[in-house]
Amino acid sequence: MPVTKVVMPKLSEQMESGKIIKWLKKEGDRVQSGDILAEVETDKADVEMEAFGSGVLRKILVAAGNKAPVGSLIGVIAEENDDIGAVVAQAGSGAPAAAPSGAKPGMADRPAAVPPQPKSEDPAARKPSPSTGSESPGSRRVQDAVAAASVPQPSGDGGRVKASPLARKIAAQSGVDLKLIQGSGPGGRIVRRDVEAASTAPAAAAVAAAPALRPVAQPAAAGAEYEDLPLSPMRSAIARRMPLSKAPVPHFYVTSEVAMDRAWELREELNGLEGQPKISVNDFIIRACALTLLQHPGVNASFQGESIRVFHRVHMGIAVALEEGLITPVLRDVHAKSLAQIAVEARDLAERARQRKLRTQELSGATFSISNLGMFDVRDFSAIINPPEGAILAVGSVRRVPVVSDEGLGVGRRMALTISCDHRVMDGAMGARFLQDVKKLLEEPLRLLV
Amino acid sequence: MAVMTYREALNLALREELTRDPNVFVIGEEVGLYEGAYKVTQGLLKEFGPKRIVDTPIAESGFTGVGIGAAMVGLRPVVEMMTFNFALLALDQIVNSAAKLHYMSGGQYNVPLVIRGPGGPAHQLAAQHSQSMEVYFYHVPGLKVVRPSTPMDAKGLLKAAIRDDNPVIFIESETLYNVKGEVPEDPDFVIPLGQAVVRREGTDVTVVAYMGMMYRAMEAAEELAKDGISVEIVDPRSLQPLDTATIIGSVRKTHRAVVVEAGAGFAGMGSEIATEITEEAFDDLDAPVLRVTGAQAPMPYARNLERAKTPTKEKIADAIRRVCYANGSR
Repeated sequence: MPVTKVVMPKLSEQMESGKIIKWLKKEGDRVQSGDILAEVETDKADVEMEAFGSGVLRKILVAAGNKAPVGSLIGVIAEENDDIGAVVAQAGSGAPAAAPSGAKPGMADRPAAVPPQPKSEDPAARKPSPSTGSESPGSRRVQDAVAAASVPQPSGDGGRVKASPLARKIAAQSGVDLKLIQGSGPGGRIVRRDVEAASTAPAAAAVAAAPALRPVAQPAAAGAEYEDLPLSPMRSAIARRMPLSKAPVPHFYVTSEVAMDRAWELREELNGLEGQPKISVNDFIIRACALTLLQHPGVNASFQGESIRVFHRVHMGIAVALEEGLITPVLRDVHAKSLAQIAVEARDLAERARQRKLRTQELSGATFSISNLGMFDVRDFSAIINPPEGAILAVGSVRRVPVVSDEGLGVGRRMALTISCDHRVMDGAMGARFLQDVKKLLEEPLRLLV
Repeated sequence: MAVMTYREALNLALREELTRDPNVFVIGEEVGLYEGAYKVTQGLLKEFGPKRIVDTPIAESGFTGVGIGAAMVGLRPVVEMMTFNFALLALDQIVNSAAKLHYMSGGQYNVPLVIRGPGGPAHQLAAQHSQSMEVYFYHVPGLKVVRPSTPMDAKGLLKAAIRDDNPVIFIESETLYNVKGEVPEDPDFVIPLGQAVVRREGTDVTVVAYMGMMYRAMEAAEELAKDGISVEIVDPRSLQPLDTATIIGSVRKTHRAVVVEAGAGFAGMGSEIATEITEEAFDDLDAPVLRVTGAQAPMPYARNLERAKTPTKEKIADAIRRVCYANGSR
C-alpha cells in the first residue's frame, strides 16, 4: 500500500492556512478513502476534511487547535508495516530550515506542532505568527503594489488567476496568495519569478512588522492607550479582498426609493397563511432582482479584461452579517425559484452561515449580490462590489415616512435601494433602468407570485 | 576514437556488422557497383561480394519485400532507400508486413530488418525529396524509428538497429553525411535504441531537437547564452521508442520546453513530446511548451522559400525567448 500524505487542503480560493478544530480519527485508527479525518476552520467556514487514501492513520503531525499552511503535511496514512520515517522526517527536517536564519529570530520558538511548509527557500514567505492568523506581510506588501498600480487583478477570467502550473505549485508551498500578485507573463500570467519575487521581497518588511505584531499576543495593560486585536481569518480575508474591489473597479452608484406599502401588505397576508414559510422583505427583493436580472442581462455580468461575460442564470450572493465579519453565501439559479423556495433556502443558508457550516461550493459563483442593512434602521448606504461580479444592491430599512399623493399628505412605507455598478461593465442608465424595473416589481408585488 | 564523417561512420558500422554476422546483407538501388548514391556502401561490394551487397532494380516495394522475407527466415537485411521519400512506394510492405508479422504470426516470425537512407529537408531538393519521413513510421505499432544526429550516433545506433530483432526505420540526412566527429573504433560499441542524450546542459529551458534542427538549436543556444539564457538541448536520437524520462527529467530542471522539428507541425513529433511533457510534468511547467516546426506546406524549391518553410536558428531563438518570457511580452 502506498503511503498517503495528509496535507492541509485548499478549501477556498483565498485560503492560505487552516486550523484543525479536531481530529475525528486518532493515531492507529484504520481509515478508508473518503472517511472524514478532521474538521478544519478556514477563513470562511468549518469544513470536514476527507481522507484521500486508505490505511492506518499512523501519524498526526498537527494537533487540534493548531494552524497549518495549505499544502503542508499534517498527517500520514500508511499500512502498519510501512516505513513512514522518511515522510515524517521530511516534514521534520524542514523545521530548522523553517526557523528563519537570522531574518526573524522571534519565530524560532513557534509551536513544534505546526509543520513547516515544504521546500520554500525563503523564510519570509512564511506566516509571521501562526497564532495570529494574519496573512504574511509579504503578500500584504504585494497587495499594496497591486492597488497602487490600479491593476484590475481579480477581474481576469471569472475570478480565476492566470498562473503557470509551476507558479501555482511554488505559491502553494510558500503560502503566497496568487490573487495578490501581478503577473509579468503574457496576458498577465503569473510565472515563477513573480511568485519568488513576492515571497522574497518583503524580508525587510517582515522584520519591521514583527515588533508591531508582537503586542497582539499580550493582553492590553490597564489604562493602555490602545490595544491591537488579532485579525480573525475572516477579517483577514475581508481586509485582503475589499481593496481588490474598491481600488481597481470603478464603482458608480444609483439610488432609488421604492414604495413598499403593497409588498408589506402582501407579505403580511402570505405570512398569515398556515403552512407557508415565513417570507422576509429581503426574499421579495431577491425575487424581484432575480426576475429583473433576466430582463437586464447586462447587469448580470462580469468584466473579463478583454470581454464582458453575460450570465444566463442568476446566482445570488446574499451578504450575511456575523459577529466577526460578513460572508456571502450563494443562492443558485434563483431566477427559477419561487418566493417560498427562496425564503426557505435563503434562511437555511443564513443559518448555516452563522453556524459556519457552509460548504465551500456555497461560497462562490455569485453573478450578483444583495446586501441588506434594513434591520439596523439604515436609510441608505452603498456597498462594495464583490469581484468578479458586476454589481451589488444595497438595501436600506423600510421606513414609515410622510408621502405626498394626489389625495394629499399621508403615511407610506418607503425603502431605498442603491446599486453599485462596475463602470467597465455598464453605464449609469443601465443601472437606473434595472433599478426602475426592480422598483416596479416591488410596487406591484403580485408579479412576484406569478 | 577516430575522427570521421557521418558517412564513414555508417560505412564502418555496416562493415563491422557484415564481418561479425554472416546473416547480415545489404540490398537496394546502386548499393553495389555504384557504391551507394551517397557513397555510404563504398567498398562493401569489393569486400563482401555480390551475395552480401545486392543491387536491385528501381522497385522499392519489391526489394523491401525481399528484405522482409529474408528477415523472416533468419537473415538480417539492411535495405537502403536511395532517399526515404521513395519508401512511400514500399509503405504497404513496411506497414502491413514488416511491422505486423511478428504480431500476426503469434510470435512465430520476427523481422530483424533495417531500412536506412537519407530523409528530411536538405538543400533545394523540392517538395517530393525533402520530406521528414519519420512521421509516417513512428505512428505504426511494431516499427522502431531512429534519427541519428552525429557520426558517433550514426555508428552506434546503426549497429544496434542491425542487431535488433524488430524492423527499424533508420533515417539519415543528406545534410549530415559530411559532418565530422569522434567515433569509437571498438566493434562492440553500440548505442541502445531508446536512449536520449543531453547535448548541452543548461538551466533555463529544455530544447528537444534532432538531426539538422539539433545543430541549429545549438547555434541558437550559443547566441542566447550571450543574453544570459541557459539552454539545455536534448536529442532523443530514437523516436520510437522515445526516451521520455530524459526529456521529462530535463524539463523538471528547467521548467520550460521548446520542441523543434523540421517537418510540418500538425500532429508531429513536437505534438507528441509536448503532450508527454504536459502529462508528466504539468506542475513543473512555468510556461506552455512551444513548438518550432516546418510550415504546413510542401517544400518549395526556391531557396528563400525553402528557408521560410524550415525552422531556422532565428525562429528557434525567438521561441526560446518567448518561452522564457524574455522577449518583452507581457
